[in-house]
Amino acid sequence: MIKIEHVDKKFHTKGGIVHALKDVSLNIEAGDIYGVIGYSGAGKSTLIRMVNLLEQPDQGHVYINGKDIVNLKDKELNVIRKDIGMVFQQFNLLDSQTVYQNMALPLILLKKDKTFIEERVNELLSFVELSDKKDVYVSQLSGGQKQRIGIARALATHPKILLCDEATSALDPQTTESILLLLKKINQELGVTILLITHEMNVIKKICNKVAVMKSGEIVEQGLTLDVFSHPHQEMTKRFVATVINDTIPSSLVEELDTTYPILKLTFLGENTKEDIISEINQQFDIKTSILFASVNEIKDEILGILTIQIKGEEAQINKAIDYMKDNHVEIERVVLNHD
Amino acid sequence: MIESFLNIPIDKLIESAGQTLYMLSISLIFGAIVGIPLGLILVLTRNDGIKPNRPVYLVITGLVNIVRSVPFIILLVFIAPFTKALVGTRIGTKAALVPLVFYIAPYLARLVESSLLEVKPGILEAAKAMGASTFQIIRYFLLLEAKASIILALTTGTIGLLGATAMAGTIGGGGVGDLALTYGYQRFNNNLMIVTVIILILFVQLIQTIGNHISKKIRTHE
Repeated sequence: MIKIEHVDKKFHTKGGIVHALKDVSLNIEAGDIYGVIGYSGAGKSTLIRMVNLLEQPDQGHVYINGKDIVNLKDKELNVIRKDIGMVFQQFNLLDSQTVYQNMALPLILLKKDKTFIEERVNELLSFVELSDKKDVYVSQLSGGQKQRIGIARALATHPKILLCDEATSALDPQTTESILLLLKKINQELGVTILLITHEMNVIKKICNKVAVMKSGEIVEQGLTLDVFSHPHQEMTKRFVATVINDTIPSSLVEELDTTYPILKLTFLGENTKEDIISEINQQFDIKTSILFASVNEIKDEILGILTIQIKGEEAQINKAIDYMKDNHVEIERVVLNHD
Repeated sequence: MIESFLNIPIDKLIESAGQTLYMLSISLIFGAIVGIPLGLILVLTRNDGIKPNRPVYLVITGLVNIVRSVPFIILLVFIAPFTKALVGTRIGTKAALVPLVFYIAPYLARLVESSLLEVKPGILEAAKAMGASTFQIIRYFLLLEAKASIILALTTGTIGLLGATAMAGTIGGGGVGDLALTYGYQRFNNNLMIVTVIILILFVQLIQTIGNHISKKIRTHE
């Protein structure tokens, strides 16, 4: 649906040349909620602006439904843009206008008649549950309400693609939650493919089925959200994952640990979650297991369990227990403690 | 009674007020016709504008600066040959219109420019993302969002223009300001001086009140 191929972009600023995107490729399929995460300055804003060419790439191609849009004339590009909705961190609504007038704008650009516009706006307002705000001025709305209107405006022309530029970054956690639910509803009920950029791992965890991690203009890791969360490879990805999934042993426990016995981090993924594996190994082998840390996380409707344990006993027995767990599709990683 | 207090015929006062209003309104209309598009072009063609065009920007910004650096009293006489070519005479109320337009148009261009620059860049980005053409961005986003601010800019410009009309007497333009100078100041007619100043104050108050009112109406509820 959206295909970005070998896109490169440099900005010439007073401070020198900023290489915002370095040979970036990305493939977003229909129905995805694709999240791009990175710190500010990583190039995510530039990347999302490539999809509707608010920024022109220096090199590379951008395909929308198989059509390369990079060298289109303004007129043709504007037609494509009308099929791509965009939502902004700062909402970008006209403060001087009412909710209705703001939402009517994309339809006025399409030269729709008044009754059509009225009908569509009412429909959208009820979809975002703000029908009572129709004639209110935008300046009188709260942040969350503004974003709902921003989203409704972006959907006015029935786009198949929705771009979200840090759509929840200016909102409090509770409002963020409700906006994320709305985006999920748009994806599921209207079948809209969503590309979003964010610096909050929580957003990815809640709604994205795929994720790409960006660092200084490059995509350093990408894949299914559950895979990336359970097996982060890059240091940067690990740090992001750690912001939403805690897997560290409390420091007071670390001090008291007898490190002669192995400490293991077990990861249970989705259907592989086997709750009674610990009691099974305790019964079958001559070992004692103590649990140092445990957490269960929901990632895009799937379960990721993390369990950190220490096994005490003879080495042969311990190794048998480990093999047994591996046979049962539990992923095991040895933990090396860092003493501060 | 009033005539003996002012020491001039009341008709003279009314005539002067009429001349001021005439100069003010006509030059404001023409000034706006020239100045608003110039302000718009300045915003559109600047480096981070929606249609960057360095040569056009430099030419217009340069012209605006040049005309604005000439004091109005000099401008009045400096462009007299041009005034004669345009309206057929270099003296009188009608002749004063030409330099007044020259004075107000670049001033309005700058005021409108700063009003338009107040529009958040994000709004223009949203407009582009919606697939709006340049014309549509100007009409449905830029002007709409800056409307209240442009009204205030026009108000400020009109009051500046009122000050300039006082100097129109130099080329026989008449008006309240000229009355104050020739009949009030030069003939030591203090009563008339005071009355003309009061009239000018009332003009300014009226213009500002109307401007504020319209701008507020646009800003809060249409």
